[in-house]
Amino acid sequence: MNTGMSVIVRTITRLVYGLSLVFGFYVIMHGHLTPGGGFQGGAVVASAFALLLVAFGAAGIKGHLNQHLLQTLEEIGALAFLALGFVGIGTAFFYNLLANSGSLFGGSVPIGPNAGVFNSAGTLPLMNWAVGLKVMTGIAAVVIVMLVGARKEETE
Amino acid sequence: MRKAVILVAFLFVGAFLLLAATSMRPFGEPSFADMDDYFIANTQVEVAANNAVTAVVFDYRGFDTLGEATVLFAAVVGVLALFRKLREDEV
Repeated sequence: MNTGMSVIVRTITRLVYGLSLVFGFYVIMHGHLTPGGGFQGGAVVASAFALLLVAFGAAGIKGHLNQHLLQTLEEIGALAFLALGFVGIGTAFFYNLLANSGSLFGGSVPIGPNAGVFNSAGTLPLMNWAVGLKVMTGIAAVVIVMLVGARKEETE
Repeated sequence: MRKAVILVAFLFVGAFLLLAATSMRPFGEPSFADMDDYFIANTQVEVAANNAVTAVVFDYRGFDTLGEATVLFAAVVGVLALFRKLREDEV
């Protein structure tokens, strides 16, 4: 039961998988400029993992997506988000200390409509990366464990 | 009997919804717009971000997002704990 789906689905998955990953990471990285952010981009990347799992089955992804690694990365993402919240604790919890500071992501943006400055918004991009890492690995771990568990129950 | 009860409840709730729909505000005119105006006017100055939604989610209401992340974390931990027995020799 763990063999996956037909050759058509596998071929299309090989084509689409990389594009989904690139689009998901783009949504995470440009969260402070374009619509989307950590949660949305992380869900896109997790959907790519889910597609891989559905097309190739639990046996096909063995060795590619390590579930313990996913769990560890999720905890690292959660702790990084919390730590970034504590960066501005001198003023207030979740105070944006890096915005307009001139250091990492400390550039300012022109007022009004503009094309977007990547090096801006302070801690927002860092928080987007932390939350994106957390969401993509968390949802991927849940999908893998649930699908493998359900298939195993089916065969027993 | 059961179907009659469901029909009465359905009509009751539907009538209330229709009644509320007649007294709705026109589209695009919220009753209080002070916070919206503040975010639109000050996001680019204070947070230096073009995306006002991200600025609200991660800066102005970052504590709320921390709660959201905690909910997701709890859900993931719960599912992994629930399926622990089934995945002893898989993946």
